[in-house]
Amino acid sequence: MEPILEVNNLTMDFGGLRALDRIDIDVKEGEIVALIGPNGAGKTTFFNCITGIHPPTKGEMVIRRPPKRNPQRLNGLKPNHVTERGLARTFQNIRLFPSMTVLENVMIGRHCRLRAGIAGAIFRNRATRQEEKQLVRDSYGVLEKIGLTRYVNELAMNLPYGEQRRLEIARAMATDPFLLLLDEPAAGMNPRETESLDELIVKIRDEEQISILLIEHDMKLVMSLSDRIFVVDYGKKIAEGTPEEIRNNPAVIKAYLGEEVDA
Amino acid sequence: MLTFTEIKRSFLVSVWFMFLTFPIMVIRVNTIENVVIWRWKNMLFVGAGSFVLSFVWRFLMRRKEVGSKDAEAGGTSKSIFQRFMEEKRLYYPALGAISVIVVLFPLVFSMYQVNIMISGLTYVMLGLGLNIVIGLAGLLDLGYVAFYAVGAYAYALLNYHFGVSFWIALPIGAGLAALFGIILGFPVLRLRGDYLAIVTLGFGEIIRLILENWNEFSFGPSGIANIPRPAIPGIEFTLHQNTIFIYYLVVLLVVFTIFVVNRLQDSRIGRAWIALREDEVACQAMGIDKTKTKLTAFALGATWAGMAGVVFAGKTTFINPASFTIWESVMILCIVVLGGMGSILGVVVGAGFLILIPEYFRAFSEYRMLAFGAALILMMVFRPGGIVSGMRKTYQFEGIENGEASDKKA
Ligand SMILES: Nc1ncnc2c1ncn2[C@@H]1O[C@H](COP(=O)(O)OP(=O)(O)O)[C@@H](O)[C@H]1O
Ligand SMILES: [Mg+2]
Repeated sequence: MEPILEVNNLTMDFGGLRALDRIDIDVKEGEIVALIGPNGAGKTTFFNCITGIHPPTKGEMVIRRPPKRNPQRLNGLKPNHVTERGLARTFQNIRLFPSMTVLENVMIGRHCRLRAGIAGAIFRNRATRQEEKQLVRDSYGVLEKIGLTRYVNELAMNLPYGEQRRLEIARAMATDPFLLLLDEPAAGMNPRETESLDELIVKIRDEEQISILLIEHDMKLVMSLSDRIFVVDYGKKIAEGTPEEIRNNPAVIKAYLGEEVDA
Repeated sequence: MLTFTEIKRSFLVSVWFMFLTFPIMVIRVNTIENVVIWRWKNMLFVGAGSFVLSFVWRFLMRRKEVGSKDAEAGGTSKSIFQRFMEEKRLYYPALGAISVIVVLFPLVFSMYQVNIMISGLTYVMLGLGLNIVIGLAGLLDLGYVAFYAVGAYAYALLNYHFGVSFWIALPIGAGLAALFGIILGFPVLRLRGDYLAIVTLGFGEIIRLILENWNEFSFGPSGIANIPRPAIPGIEFTLHQNTIFIYYLVVLLVVFTIFVVNRLQDSRIGRAWIALREDEVACQAMGIDKTKTKLTAFALGATWAGMAGVVFAGKTTFINPASFTIWESVMILCIVVLGGMGSILGVVVGAGFLILIPEYFRAFSEYRMLAFGAALILMMVFRPGGIVSGMRKTYQFEGIENGEASDKKA
């Protein structure tokens, strides 16, 4: 089956710095794929390129949204259009809307699936009222799936750190994606929170039929979750394969632990 | 409380102030008789005054600290206004009382008072419009007065050349201002914060300079006179009646503005504006079109300035560029900031403070800027969110059975 995300030869230069160097990555339907690598390897830059925040210097990015699977290029799309086409992401440094409530944060996620315009807002006609009602129901539904309902009317900034990360996932889910991009979702979480995140990610894949591409440093999480792993270092892909293959790959061990391993 | 250290501190403050103000408050050189007059009494006043004030200041600071600790401990930090609006038994009668006062105002008070009220209400409209741009969308626009000018000149010029009546000019002025909002919006789409402020400030000045120098178009600094007042065709108004008519018209326009702005901020667009203010990158990543959202904020904000401009031209019957200086922008900005960003009630209260109070205290008009500055500083220290802070409506979820989100103040 053809992959739902296919990235070929992706290169990104920041001035003289080559943050990504001819990267090829693909995600198939129903997979959980991990992207790992040391700090500064270019993982976040990879996300920024496919979500339209940075236009890449070179390379092809194509998605095939199930079930139709007609290929669409991501090159040149603005971030909001990428989201409309079904990619949703979270951020390494949490970027919630801090003084909006948890519910409102999720409601923003649904923005691109709604139609009401200025006239609808002012006249508040039937269609708009209907849409708003449905919006609240749907948003609450997302919170139920992620398990955040007890914070529903809480301001996002008042949430515990781990829950803020989960709220980011909830907000991304609200956009109705077929592929979820998670940038270090377990960063700063304690072991218990990480474990429940593990369950959550599997649940999203199994129950919502959303494929997942995640960046993560927590090796335990990565090894237990992923179907396949890509390893990047200094902007280059140095390995790919199943967790088993990656664990024993000498290049990966070298990248992570430095030269001493050879000795 | 009145410990020795407290007294010592205040004493030091007063000594410091006496020293600072010594050259201007105490020494006076009489240049005619070539003598220096030493006004020691003044020094005493300064000393005593600053001594007392420093006590008051520290008392307020302590209260503020206690307040923020309460808030952290989960205590109520709601403002009087908030509690008031939540208490329906108080809110509706108060609203009724205010409506009655507003309706009866011109029948009870003099023309002078009515005129002041008209200008106050015009600033409410301006403040509400700017509130969309600054308070909701978080775009610091310092050239807002340009849209006010666009509205005013639209009416004046259309009337001068084509005899267009006030009623037709009102929507045209609003539409033109919205168009200018979009025109200004395009080049500043990528700018944020201080950069945006500077460019919009420049835009405001450009419009004013064009009006001042393009004589063939706008009649330059001499302006345009004899603009007809708004009237009902077929009815002859005396000046007094006409003022009252304009008063009611402005009241209606303000009510209309409040209605629309309220609905806007409670809608898909309003939420997008707030999200844009909170985090631009995340906002885009969540599927919101940044360009469109910013431009609608600029356009819908400018609309009210355009309308206010048409009313202004109709009320004063004479306009020239001097009415549209940067100070007007600053004034409107102060209304929004002082009143409470993002809050409709805040803007109304802010306009009341900044427009009505100076009018009624004309005797002290020399000290107006001084009082202004002091008020702003005090505000930033004690109520950084504005007089009516934290009044944004948030969606409060109240059960899935009906799937209904009711809007409450949070
Ligand atoms: N907007 C940017 N401008 C310039 N350099 C950048 C930018 N974003 C990232 N970089 C650089 O690209 C490299 C990869 O960064 P990043 O993708 O954040 O790494 P990580 O794998 O830790 O997420 C780093 O050297 C970083 O300094
Ligand atoms: Mg990163």
